[in-house]
Order: sequence, then C-alpha cells, then structure tokens
Amino acid sequence: MPEIKVTPLGAGQDVGRSCILVSIGGKNIMLDCGMHMGYNDDRRFPDFSYITQNGRLTEFLDCVIISHFHLDHCGALPFMSEMVGYDGPIYMTHPTKAICPILLEDFRKITVDKKGETNFFTSQMIKDCMKKVVPLNLHQTVQVDDELEIKAYYAGHVLGAAMVQIKVGSESVVYTGDYNMTPDRHLGAAWIDKCRPDILISESTYATTIRDSKRCRERDFLKKVHESIERGGKVLIPVFALGRAQELCILLETFWERMNLKAPIYFSTGLTEKANHYYKLFITWTNQKIRKTFVQRNMFEFKHIKAFDRSYADNPGPMVVFATPGMLHAGQSLQIFKKWAGNEKNMVIMPGYCVQGTIGHKILNGQRKLEMEGRSTLDVKLQVEYMSFSAHADAKGIMQLIRMAEPRNMLLVHGEAVKMEFLKGKIEQEFSIDCHMPANGETATVTTNPSVPVDISLNLLKREMALGGPLPDPKRPRTMHGTLIMKENSLKLVSSEQALKELGLNEHQLRFTCRVQLQDPHSDPDTLNRIYTHLKSVLKGYTIQHLPDGTVMVESIVIKVSSSAEDTSTKVLLLSWSYQDEDLGSFLSTLLKKGLPSGLC
Amino acid sequence: MAAHLKKRVYEEFSRVVQIPQEEAPAKKLRLSKPSKSAALHIDLCKATNSTDALQYLLHFARKPVEVESVEGVVRILLEHYYKETDNSVRLKIASLLGLLSKTQGFSPDCIVDDAINTLNNEKSHQVLAQLLDTLLVIGTQLPESPTVRQRLIEMACKHLSDTYFGVRNKCLKLLGCLGMADTPLNKDNDGLGASLGGVRDIQSIISDFFGDQDPRVRTAAIKAMLQLHERRIKIHEIIYDQACRLLSDDYEQVRSAAVQMVWVLSQLYPESIVPIPSSNEEIRLVDDAFGKISHMVSDGSWMVRVQAAKTLGSMLQVSPHFLEQTLDKKLMSDLRRKRTAHERAKELFTSGEFSSGRKWADDAPKEKLDTNTVNLIASGACGAFVHGLEDEMFEVRIAAVEALSQLAQSSASFAEKCLDFLVDMFNDEIEEVRLQSIHVLREISTHITLREDQLDTVLAVLEDSSRDIREALHELICYTNVSTKDCIQLALLELLKNLNKYPTDRNSVWKCLKFLGSRHPTLVLPLVPELLSTHPYFDTPEPDMDDPAYIAVLVLVFNAAKSCPTMPALFSDHTFRHYAYLRDSLSHLVPPLRLPGNGLDLVDSRCGSGSVESAQLFLQESLNRVSTIQNLEAPGAQDLLNFTIRDLRRLGELQTELAGAADFCATYLRCQLLLMKALQEKLWNMAVPLCLKQNVTATAAAQQILEETYKLEFLYSGLESRQVATIHHIRLQAKALQLILTARTRQGLDPLISSCEKFLQDIESFQRLFVAELPHLQDSFVDKLLELMPRLSSCKPVEMVKILLATLRLSGLLQLRLPEQIHRATATIIEPTGESDNPLRFTTGLVVALDIDATLEHVQDPQNAVKVQVLYPDGQSHVIHPKPSDFRKPGPDRHRLITQVYLSHTAWTEPSQIEVRLLLAYSSSSTSLSSSSASKLGWSDSIDSLPPPEAAVEGTIPFSKPVKVYIMPKPARR
Repeated sequence: MPEIKVTPLGAGQDVGRSCILVSIGGKNIMLDCGMHMGYNDDRRFPDFSYITQNGRLTEFLDCVIISHFHLDHCGALPFMSEMVGYDGPIYMTHPTKAICPILLEDFRKITVDKKGETNFFTSQMIKDCMKKVVPLNLHQTVQVDDELEIKAYYAGHVLGAAMVQIKVGSESVVYTGDYNMTPDRHLGAAWIDKCRPDILISESTYATTIRDSKRCRERDFLKKVHESIERGGKVLIPVFALGRAQELCILLETFWERMNLKAPIYFSTGLTEKANHYYKLFITWTNQKIRKTFVQRNMFEFKHIKAFDRSYADNPGPMVVFATPGMLHAGQSLQIFKKWAGNEKNMVIMPGYCVQGTIGHKILNGQRKLEMEGRSTLDVKLQVEYMSFSAHADAKGIMQLIRMAEPRNMLLVHGEAVKMEFLKGKIEQEFSIDCHMPANGETATVTTNPSVPVDISLNLLKREMALGGPLPDPKRPRTMHGTLIMKENSLKLVSSEQALKELGLNEHQLRFTCRVQLQDPHSDPDTLNRIYTHLKSVLKGYTIQHLPDGTVMVESIVIKVSSSAEDTSTKVLLLSWSYQDEDLGSFLSTLLKKGLPSGLC
Repeated sequence: MAAHLKKRVYEEFSRVVQIPQEEAPAKKLRLSKPSKSAALHIDLCKATNSTDALQYLLHFARKPVEVESVEGVVRILLEHYYKETDNSVRLKIASLLGLLSKTQGFSPDCIVDDAINTLNNEKSHQVLAQLLDTLLVIGTQLPESPTVRQRLIEMACKHLSDTYFGVRNKCLKLLGCLGMADTPLNKDNDGLGASLGGVRDIQSIISDFFGDQDPRVRTAAIKAMLQLHERRIKIHEIIYDQACRLLSDDYEQVRSAAVQMVWVLSQLYPESIVPIPSSNEEIRLVDDAFGKISHMVSDGSWMVRVQAAKTLGSMLQVSPHFLEQTLDKKLMSDLRRKRTAHERAKELFTSGEFSSGRKWADDAPKEKLDTNTVNLIASGACGAFVHGLEDEMFEVRIAAVEALSQLAQSSASFAEKCLDFLVDMFNDEIEEVRLQSIHVLREISTHITLREDQLDTVLAVLEDSSRDIREALHELICYTNVSTKDCIQLALLELLKNLNKYPTDRNSVWKCLKFLGSRHPTLVLPLVPELLSTHPYFDTPEPDMDDPAYIAVLVLVFNAAKSCPTMPALFSDHTFRHYAYLRDSLSHLVPPLRLPGNGLDLVDSRCGSGSVESAQLFLQESLNRVSTIQNLEAPGAQDLLNFTIRDLRRLGELQTELAGAADFCATYLRCQLLLMKALQEKLWNMAVPLCLKQNVTATAAAQQILEETYKLEFLYSGLESRQVATIHHIRLQAKALQLILTARTRQGLDPLISSCEKFLQDIESFQRLFVAELPHLQDSFVDKLLELMPRLSSCKPVEMVKILLATLRLSGLLQLRLPEQIHRATATIIEPTGESDNPLRFTTGLVVALDIDATLEHVQDPQNAVKVQVLYPDGQSHVIHPKPSDFRKPGPDRHRLITQVYLSHTAWTEPSQIEVRLLLAYSSSSTSLSSSSASKLGWSDSIDSLPPPEAAVEGTIPFSKPVKVYIMPKPARR
C-alpha cells in the first residue's frame, strides 16, 4: 500500500521553528522553515542534517512551501537555502514574499549587529534566497512538476497567510500553517473546500481553548486601555511587528476616533512603516470591511498612531505604545517594560501567546520579581493583563476546519503535547478518524488507499449501459466483463475482443462437455425426440432446434444421445457448451440428470 | 468664468429629470387576422437552412400574437417542428409553443396531445428539456383539468430516467408544480418504477432524486418538493431524514435548498419525535432541525450561512434550552442528555473544560477527563449565534441579528440572554450592522431591563460620529427600562455629553429625556436636588434658561414629576418660572403639571380641550353649515364662509390629529369664497372698459384658485377619488372664469377660439377621469355643462362664454365630503436654523456646501417630489434635486432629508441673506387619481396604462417655511 510519511523537524509537539517534511507519492516536500524564539543556540533552527548529513538539500527536496511570514515559519529559510544549500523552488504567497525579507533582515540585524553573532546569514543571502521564491495566488493550482501540484487557500492569521494543499495523483495533504477561523478587524476567516485530503496537518496552538466571542475580547481590551489612560498610566502592548499589531492598531485607531481621545499612541518604528505600506497594498487579502471602504479611506492610513522614539518613553502623561517583540524577550519592548515596570499605574497587555522561557511567559505566570542580566532583579509592579488576540484557531475552530475539509487522517503540530493529547482524543471521538501527533524527528506514517484511475473504452461502456438499467447508480458498485490492459503506465479497460485485437492474440474457445446417464428404454432418436419436447416445455423463450444430424441444439449447447454398450436402456447424453454459456449449460446438465418425466410420449 | 463654473456645478449636482414624451402606441386595427400565421408559414417555408428559420422565429417572437390566431400559429409551428432536423430550431419552436400557450384567453388543451407526441419522438436532450418546460406552462395554464395533469405527470415520470440533467430537472419541476398528493401514480411504464414496485406517490418519486449524481438535479428535486409544499400538499415526515442528509452535501445550492426543506418539515411536524443517532434518546423534531440548521451557520459557503441564520429566526417552537445553547460556545452535548446524565455533567464541569482564553494559563492541564462524555461538535445548536454574529460577511451578521430579534420577541428569557451579544454588536465595524442591532435592541426592549454595565456599553455608542447611529440610540433609550437611579444619572450624563459634542442632536436628546423621565419617575426623584442643584440652606444661582443642557435636565425632571406628585415640592422658585416658560415654548416636551405653588393652578386649559371625537364633530358640523349655502349670491354666505374658514384654521392648530383635514377644508372653502367674490360683483353686467379694475381682481382670484387647487390635490395624502373630483371641479370653474375674463378683455377671435377648444377638452377629460364620480356631482357646474355639451361644442365662442357665465353663476356650492384620513404634507427645515449672524464666506466662482437637514411628513415618494429651492437676493433661484440616498425613513409617513446644496454667486459687497426652502413638485399627468394604485405602478407601467397626458401641468408647491442663510461671496484675490 502507498504511504504518506510526515516528519516534523520542528513544531512537533512544540511551538516554534515550524518545519515539517512530507513524503507523498515519491515526492519530498518541506513545509515551512522557521526558527525558535526561545533559543539562541543550534536549537534555534531545524535540524537539517536529518535530511542529509552532508551536501545540499536540493536533490532530496522537491519543493519548499512557506505558509506565512512569521519568523517561526520562515526564519530559517536563508540558512537552509544558502548555508545548507537548496536550489529548488520555494513557494509562498505574494504578500509573504513581500514582507518576509523585511522580517528576515530585521532578525539578522538583531542577531548579528546587536548580539554580535557570527556565522549567520547575510543580507545578500536573504536576497539570493528570495530569488528562488515562486509566488502563489489563492486557489491557483501550481504544477511543481508533472505529478506534484500545490494550491493555496486563505488562512486568515496574518496578511498573506495560506493553507496549502499538496497533491500527487489522488493522494493529498493539506498543511494549514497558522490559521484563524474567526475574522478580525483586518483579516477574514480561513476557508477551505471539501477537498478530503488524506492527511490534514493542522496547528493546535489553542487546542484546549474555546475563546469568548471576539467582540467581548475587543471590548475588554478597549476598556482596559481606556481606563488605564484615564488614570494617567502608560500602556505597553508588546506585539510582533506584523499581524496582530495591525489589527490592534485599527481597533485603537477607530476607538480613538470614536471616543475622541487625545492621548498619543506610538508604534515602535523601523520595519513597521515598510510593512504597513504592504498592508495598504494587499487590500484583496484583507477583510470585507477594509476591502469595501478602502476607496474612501484606506484603514491602514492611521491618523492617531505615530512613530515612536526612544526618548518618548520618559515623557510624562498617559500614552499607549506598541513595541516589538511580542514576548518581551528582547528589543524595544523589553527596554520600555524595564522602564515602566516599577509604576503600578502602568499596564502591560500581552495580546498573544508567549513561549516558555521568555519574560512574557514569566510575568503572565505571576512572577513579580525578574532576574535580569547582570544579576540585577526587577520588581514588576505594573498591571499585567492577558488578552488572547493571537489569531490562531481555537479548539472549535480546528474542529470546524476538519469538518470543512473532511480529511481521512489528522496530524497535529505547533502546540504543546498535553494540550494536543486532549484535542486528539476529541477529534478521534468526534470524527472517528486517526489523529497523529509526532514529536520532532518522529515519523508518522499513513497508509493511503488511492483510487486508481482506469480508462474504459466507450464501446464497452455503451454496451454495459445497454445491458443494465437506465442510469448508473453512483452509490452501488457494478460488475462488468472486460479486460484490463496495463500498458506504459496507463490502465485501460476494454472489451475482450478488442483486447485480443490489440494484443494480437487468438481467441481460444473453451468448451465444457459432460456426460449424463439416463435410463430410457426408447431408441436413440426417440430419446432425443423426448428430450427435445421436454426441453421445449421447460425452456420457454430459448431457441431449441432438433437438427437432422441427430443432435439437439439449445442456443449453442449441443446435446447428443448414444446408447451405452452394455445396456441399451441406459442412454448416455453428451452435453457440450462453451464457456460463455456456463449458466445455461450447468442448468441443463442438472435438469437432464433428474431424468425425463414419464408422461412424455 | 465664475458663471461657467457655477453652471458646471449645477450640472453636476442637480439632476433634471425629463420625462420623455413617449408616443402612445398607435393602435391599428388588425384586419388581417390570419395573416400572422400565414406570414409565418411563408417565412418558414422560404427558409432554406436552419439559420434562416431560426432568424425568422426569433423575429417572430418579438411581436405578440392575438388570441384568435394562436392556434393557427401553433399548428404551423408544430408542422414545421416535425420537418425540422436542426436542434436549435426545434428548441426555439418548443420555447415558442410555451410562450404562445401563455397567451391570455387561449386554452392550451388542444395542443397537449401534440406536445406530448413531439416529446415521445424527440431525441435531443436540450429540446426535450425545453418541451417539458412547455408542458409545464401548459399544465399551469390548465389547473382544472385532472386528466391533462395526470398525463403530464406520467410524461414527466417517464423522462425522469433521462441521462441529461436538464431533462431530469424539468421533469422534477413539472412534478413539483403539478403533482398531487392524493393520486398515487401507477408507475409501470418504465423500469425505474417497476423495479421498485407498483404504486408510488409523487413525493417518493421526487425524493428518489435527492440522491441523484448531479447536484443540479438534487437541487431541483428539493425545490420541487418545496413547490409541493407551497401548493399546500403535506410533505411526508419520512423526507426529513433524507433532507438532513443533504445538509452535508458537497454543493452549496443543494445545502441551501436542504436548509429550506428541513425548515419546512420542522414547521410541519414540530412535535414528532426523532431519535438521536448513537444514543437511545429521542428529541422533538423541531429541536433536532433547529440543531441541524444551527450547524449550518458555520457552513463553508456564506450563502448557506445567510440562509441558515435567517431560517433560525422563524423557528419559534424550539425548546428554550435549545434556544439558549445558540448563545453558548461551551460544551453543550450533555445538555441534550441532561435528563439522564446530571452527575456526568457535574463531573465534566469540575474535571476539565476548554479555557475561555481570557486569562493566561487557565487552560493548564488538569487531570485527564473522560472524553466519552464530551461530544463537542455534533451538538449543533451550541454557539450558532455566537458564530453568526462574528461571521466574516456582514450579510450573515445582519441575518443573525434579525433572527435574534425574532426569537427574542417570542421568548423573554432568551431576550435577556441575547442582550449581551446585541450590545456587543454595537461595536461592529460595519455601520449597517451596528444600526440594525440598535434597532433590534429597541424592538425587544420591552422584555428587558438594562443593567448598569450594559447601559454603560450602550451609552458609549452615543459618542459615535454617525448621526444615524446616535439617533437610533436615542430612540432606543426612549424605550429602555433601567434598574437603578445610577443608571438614570449615567444616561443623563452621557446624553449631556452627547449634546455638548453634537449640538445638532438637541431635539432628539430632549425627546429621549422626556421618555426617560416619564418611564422612571421614582428613580428620578432621589436625583432631583442634585440635578437642579438645589441646596437646603443656600440659594443657588439661577441657571441660564437658554442652556440646552439645562433644558434637557428640566425636561427629564418635569416628565418624571408628572406621575410623581411629591416632586414639585423639591423645586425652587425659578424652576416654576422656567416650567411656565418651557410649557409654552416646548409644549411637546413638557407635560402639564399640577403644581401647587402660589395657589395658582397651572394646569393648562389646552390639555382639556377635548377629545378628537368632539373636534371631528365640530369639523363635520362646520361643513354641514356651509353646505346650507345654496346659491353663491345668497346674503351672508360670504360671512359664513369667512367665519368657517377661521374656525377651521384654529381647529387645525389645536387638534394636531385633524390638522390635515381642517386645513384641507379651509383651503377648499377659501377657493369657494374666492370664486364667489369674483362672480358676485354686480359689474358683470357692465361694459368691459368700465370695469377694468374689477377684471383685475377677478383674474387674480381665478389664478389663485388654480394654485390652491393644485395644492389641494398634491399636498394632501389620503384623498379619495371623490375629493379629487371635487378639486378638479373647482379647478374647472376657475378655468371657466378665466375663459370668460379673456373673452371680455381681449379682442380678437383667434385666441378665444383656441382657448374655448382647450376648455372643451378639459371638460372631456374631466368626464373621462371621473365617470364614476359623476353621479355625486348632481346639479353642479359640470353636470350642467355636460348637459349643454352638444350645444357648447357647436356654438360660437361668444355664445359659449355667455352660457358659461350663466351656468357659473347659477351653480351651487359643491359639498365637500371628508375622507377617513387626510394628512397635509409638511416639511420643517431643522438645519440651517437661520439664526446665525456669521455669514458663510466663500470665494466667488467657487462653491460652498450648505448642509440641509429637514423632516418631511406625509410626503409620498419624496425621492422624486421633494426639491430644494435656493433664492438669491437678486431674484435668481435654483432648484436642486437631492439624491435618492439623501432621504431616510425613520418612521411611517416620515422622511428625513439630509443633504448638501451647493451655493455659488458672483461677488457681493455686503453679506446678504439667501432663502432656502423645500418644494413639492407635482405634475398633473401623474395625478393622484386612484392615488394608491397609480403611484405604486412602476415607471414604465404607468406610461402604458394611463392615458397620454394632455397638457400635463407641472409645477411646484413650496411646503416649508423658508430659512434665511447669511452668505458672503468674496471676490477672488488675484
């Protein structure tokens, strides 16, 4: 049986450095190539030596697909393609292709320029890597080679995020990347058709969460910000530069406009402006409202949100600052956090998920004393709020997607093991399909039962139609006679005559003969006559002939009579029929074995 | 340059609607009846190839065929059909047959046989489908013939096994439209039925196709079934299972139709019991269907989602606990099994659920739970509305909001529960959705009392910059019940904030406070000292009486005081003075109060002015009194009219309900009075040159009467044909008067002849228009004229004028009958207020936009009728036609015009005032004769049905008080 193998190199029972290898129908595909936020050593990148110990990856991979531009999904891409070596095609959507290099460059800057790491990819490598990218459109089927095709679906989550369907023959895998089933202020909801893949590889960040309605969350968020501002406090919202940040910006911007608030909102600069530019451009990827109104006013042209300067952090009075990165593990958000942490009027709102080991994770778990570098400690007095604004599907959303796609098997990645376990149980019970959750480096194997397409000759089909009922019933299988010819990778079902002709074979006749002993005192011709009349009375609607040469023909079955040598009253009937008339022949033989009825003349 | 610019401005922003004078289709007698079919026959014979034939047929199809020749045409077509080999031509013929059998008055039973015959011999699938369509038409034309019906149904059944989907579709459609429940079909004529055995009824035949391989056929099958339902055939309950299976079809149109089907069945058999699969329990069918449809709210296709959300709203029989699940996203399956699994539910609650995502790490893993008990998705109904309300497409959200409203109106407890969700919708990003949810909340507000936190969220919307939203919210607050005095205070504060921020909301805010006060007198009472800032010992300064905020507070307090007699004791002196002032100036907002102070009973005399009935009686009596005037020259008649007019005017002012009727009568009587005055003079007997002055007044009177009659006709709604006749009658009198005056003053015969002819035409058209009313016009001017008509049309102009004069002077007063309801169209310009002293400055040649906000009442079709007139001091005037989207409809018979007009002028040295007013445009061609039906006709229809408008009089009636706006066009600096 053919198999599909899935091996996560990253994101298996874990969040971060998503990288999943899929072998399907003899093709090897790498899905995402991300880095891990929590580590600064080799564990940061997926272990590509799993694929090959030495040498380039090109010959082992048919293509690489990047689902969206978050660094935990594309952070290792230049490393893989330029430093390890991969020259094949890399697929991503247009917005991802536009925004991804900005983030990679930023990432490189922080690691190389700030932390002083060496042996890291360079700007040139990012550029070279991006040259290998082939852009994808939504719902466009791209033929990677003759057999492998991929198709992107809208995934919500961030601008340009896509779910990908990978298809070889009739086998297919859908990889969701990160997705969101509830629309938000700037993006729509993920959508997929009923493509019934063999495996659905889904993220499961919020495997155990069913979130409150979106509006509740928004209201809470706005209320918290508003209250804090009215108290005169400063609000820090750590975000990743792209994605949630834009949603929250739109939310605050409209709220400020509606409530006519004056407190400044800042957005830490740098890559944001460039990226915001792309948000303005890729309007088709946003939600209904923005698409409908961008002619009057593009929602991403903010009126109240200004660029942040480091000196502003010490300004008196209330303010709201969006700062990167989102998990408070480095950079500006951490700096501002250190400055503001001591004042209980201030507030930090964590709008999303925090990886274990980051400061964000620590303060959310209630730690009030933090150890910083250089053995200093930091007292956390400001309020810490958590609002789940991550645009990941919650448990119900995942279930909804499964229902939409109707996969035959399920595979969970990008989540914590315990939570996955819970969701796995649910999925297996609810949909009664197998659910896998391989750890990193572990291979999940799914045997598929692909349907084999066979060409059927039109003549044969028509003949069958003429024989059978009026309409083919799609629900019921039907048997038919024919010959299967396998020739040069193609399968053909033809009628036997045609097969003989094509293959240049002679037709062999297969005849069955059988002897039936019959007690009958009459002479041979009389017996034959009696048999003739008997059959005539029994088999109505068949052509029965009494031939002059002393045989009876029923259709193509020949019946001859001869007396046995010893006893003339024991007649030996010779029946002979061809293979095609098997049914009738065996019926006749059993009939004649019973003997002739006495009442015949 | 400036003029040019201005011209361009007006070109762009004002729209001139010119009604094209369509020529009435000349009606020729068709003497050559058979010629149509003959011509067709010849054409078809001439056609050498199929393309030609098709062309002829297409050409032929453009013209209608008379009833008499239909059959002939059909024969020819059929004849040609048999000969034709080309599919497309046969297809066209088949479709023509269908069209022809729709002809009014033609009974298609004669072609049934032929059609069926052709059907049997047809090979092409497309043509077959078209023929079946034709049969469907024939079948629907012959509803009374069971035999034809039976034959057609048999035909359809026979072709159901066709391989082409179109044919199957049409067969199903035919079965749906013609099939009957009570006649089981004997289906032994083909394989399909025979294999399943003998007698089957129509529903099972159709339902067989629920499993067809083609989605289009599946859809058609469901539609056919729905059609049966629409024809009041009771659908079997067995269909339910099949329909439910189709809910998970791959194709959206099938799912969408299946949702309807399931809904229909849930309405038919709400109380049936269906088993829950994979358990041994049973629930009501309507609950099951509700669950399944709820499930569809998270479907992949938004069309289906809209359909499902809408459908949910009409399933009112559903059990309450199912209903409540739709608002809950949590695990719900156990609710369904509650009867048996109480303990398990409890266990589930404690062991481990999904986290809400509101708090960090509240989803930390606890002990493993028994997953067998948690059945998450299949429990359909849960969270349907939560999903619907946060759907991606606003269409779905609106549908969900509407469904919520319908369900909430029938269930108070549900209303209570959905409140939070509706309030959340106030933050939706699309204004339409926000507005809709505010409206919905208002509709269900009788069921609910807002808590403080909810009120807080509701009131936050008051700061919304959209006027529509704010006004909807004011409307909502008018109907809201609140629970505590803090709520009142909160509401008042927010409303005052709103007033401060958007001063234009003044009226709306005051009205809102009026209702708030009168609804919650006891809650206002403890707040009074604070609100009026009175102090037990000290006198506080008297607030400014013109402060809108202070007026707002007073409105709240006074309205509360109306049903709370202890409250006035808390008022300080100036409050009483202010009361008196406001009672006078804002009497619609301030109720009469029984105030004890100073021994003065401030109860207004006006509030006791009697009921509507007595006023009605008075009105009727006045009219009766007037009707005693028999002759126009009767002594005292004029005085009586004068007094009656005065009385009626006053009555209109006092009794707003009757204002329309009173005004109408008064205006009518005034016309009569004018006519009387004009005719009464002795001077008619004098020679023309001697009474020039008299002529002038009479001419003016005639002119005025004409104007008044147009007002009467077009300004009032609710007129019946009879009143319109009366109005036209007096207009005719005025025209006669004009004619006489022309005859007397002008010399020369030619103009006189033409105006005489015109008058005769007028009489004719009057007769034509009001044939039905003529009996009521006994002894009137027209009646007499019509008697004299033969003589009039033959005599000379001079003689005619004499006759007219005599008749006019002899004719009596036509009595006015009042219809049920008459309303006068009124308009009030709210903005600009005309109070501003600051001129609106702009550079000449450029334009300035002036915001206009007006309310219109009782205006029919304001989009076409209402125009804005701008009058410049130099006498220039412009008429601007507002865009249809500028009109909103806040209530029945009420419209609101919020628009901008663009002003421009050459430079002035001083600022000056322009006048802005609203005009009601009318044209006598679209006369309000049989007003309701005629006005509802579409544009093109009315052209066809009404007689060609001869001498259509178009004009405008100013119906609002003009407002002055101070403007100052500055010369452009170079």
